[in-house]
Amino acid sequence: MSFRFKESSVLPGFGLSLGYTLLYLGLIVLLPLSALVFKSSELGFSGFFKTILDPRVLASFKLTFGASLIAAAVNVVFGTIVAWFLVRIRFPGKRLIDAIVDLPFALPTAVSGITLAMLYSPNGKLGIFLQSIGIKVAFTQLGITIALIFIGLPFVIRTVQPALEEMDRELEEAASSLGASRTQTLTKVILPLLLPPIITGFTLAFARAVGEYGSVIFIAGNMPMKTEITSLLIITKLEQYDYAGATAIAVAMLLVSLAMILLINLFQSWSGKHSGR
Amino acid sequence: MSIILKNISKTFGDFHALKDINIEFQSGELTALLGPSGSGKTTLLRIVAGLEEADRNANADILFDSRTVTSSPVNRRQVGFVFQHYALFRHMTVFENIAFGLRVKPRDERPSKQDIKDKVNELLRLVQMETMAGRYPSQLSGGQRQRIALARALAIEPKVLLLDEPFGALDAQVRAELRRWLRKLHDTLHVTSIFVTHDQEEALEVADRIVVMNCGAIEQIGTPNEVFHRPATEFVMQFLGDVNVFHGRIESDSAIFNEVVPLTKNRENAARLLVRPHDLTIQSTPGDGPALPAKVYRVLTAGPIVKVELIDRHNRLIQVHLSHDGYNQTMVKLHEEVYLVPRESRVYANNDAWTGAYVI
Repeated sequence: MSFRFKESSVLPGFGLSLGYTLLYLGLIVLLPLSALVFKSSELGFSGFFKTILDPRVLASFKLTFGASLIAAAVNVVFGTIVAWFLVRIRFPGKRLIDAIVDLPFALPTAVSGITLAMLYSPNGKLGIFLQSIGIKVAFTQLGITIALIFIGLPFVIRTVQPALEEMDRELEEAASSLGASRTQTLTKVILPLLLPPIITGFTLAFARAVGEYGSVIFIAGNMPMKTEITSLLIITKLEQYDYAGATAIAVAMLLVSLAMILLINLFQSWSGKHSGR
Repeated sequence: MSIILKNISKTFGDFHALKDINIEFQSGELTALLGPSGSGKTTLLRIVAGLEEADRNANADILFDSRTVTSSPVNRRQVGFVFQHYALFRHMTVFENIAFGLRVKPRDERPSKQDIKDKVNELLRLVQMETMAGRYPSQLSGGQRQRIALARALAIEPKVLLLDEPFGALDAQVRAELRRWLRKLHDTLHVTSIFVTHDQEEALEVADRIVVMNCGAIEQIGTPNEVFHRPATEFVMQFLGDVNVFHGRIESDSAIFNEVVPLTKNRENAARLLVRPHDLTIQSTPGDGPALPAKVYRVLTAGPIVKVELIDRHNRLIQVHLSHDGYNQTMVKLHEEVYLVPRESRVYANNDAWTGAYVI
């Protein structure tokens, strides 16, 4: 069976760039990950599954992935609206707002964590008010989700913004000249064309949220079974010198993340095909 | 449907894109808005469509069949608009693109699924693209995309078809073909159409009527024959077809073109003589009327006509177009002294036509 790896191309550098990419990915990504898998294999099959099927671990998985999905979904909605606002509406001070969007990127996660915890704690500025109307944020799953929304916000905005800027205004004019209302233009023309960048932003925000540690632990309260995220559980195991257990949880987390990101990418390429790219 | 524009002006900041336009587009006619870029032709088209708003003014009005549409938005005007860069929805197939206008109709006006399918297929036949229904716009050539854009605009059975430089992005051959095809299509459908172009050849070939625009104002409205053979202004004469321009001045009762005047001098009595290259005959003797001695500089015989370039005593380059027969009869030779006699010419002094005698 002949398997042609190389597309015949007049442009040189295929071999070089492929080699470089594989080497880079191997050294930076795959080497440490394989060490992780190697370490966790010390436990053997039954030990591995015993560790990751522990109710406390399962609860942390549910919380981490659930809250990350919700946060990414919230960011899709509001991030798209903010991106729209930044691209389409002219107002003084727009550059300032544009810069503020990047703050969650730039802030050390511990700083955001402490800030959020202080703000939402029962005697914090916002916490007092929310408590008075019966909403508890700090040390609950809601608090974790809010922290994850905070750190994931820039991803959707920064992926949707350039796509919106590039979008031809004539498409909207064409739609309305054909009789479409503003809502129809939005749902049938603009949003379908923005779907690929929206999905990319969703994936990035989700991946970031799953791995988040610093900004969550202060607001989470870290009660086992309730508000304990997986990253924290891994740290706890490490502090108890249970290296194999920690890596086992990490490997499980890695596999779930990989599966979800692959799934999203599949959906991405499907939607890309249907937007005529 | 006829369209009447009354007192339409448009300013973008300090720039007057349109200056008090009054015009009537006849029902069922194909009209070309012709002018150089920046002449306001596209702005005018977009105002008719409702994509742009004219300056607010008590006398300004847009009438579709004597009903005012000034305040109705573009999606209520029932106009078909075709863009220079097609503006096809790239996430939809050709079929979906054409069906779009039917699918977004309010529920009670929306045709049934079968009716939509029939209508789209009929339009695909009309634009000769039956086999392409399932393709995406990215899989089509430029000419095909523009035909789909046209089919999409026709799907809503527009009362007016507006085309903004529809062939501007296509290469010359496809352009000529689509041009003929658009004319044929218009002869079948008879929908009132306005198209914008900066290509005089396109306008002359396709349109029933041509509106020549310059600097936000209308220079002339007329049939292709009228604007070409009887240009109302110097601009129209220069814009439609090649022309030789001689700068001179008016002195008492005759126009003088036989000496070179610096352009900055004598502004108030400046005059220009315009002669089309095919209106000049080459003779070996001067004859009775005005004749210009010149030397043959270059002869281009490759092409449907013979182009002769000459240089006169004042170093002005003059173009003469001859038929191959005419060229064979005169047999001009390179560097030969000949006399150029205008059969038809126009003199303009301060933008007005001047009918007195002249010397060249």
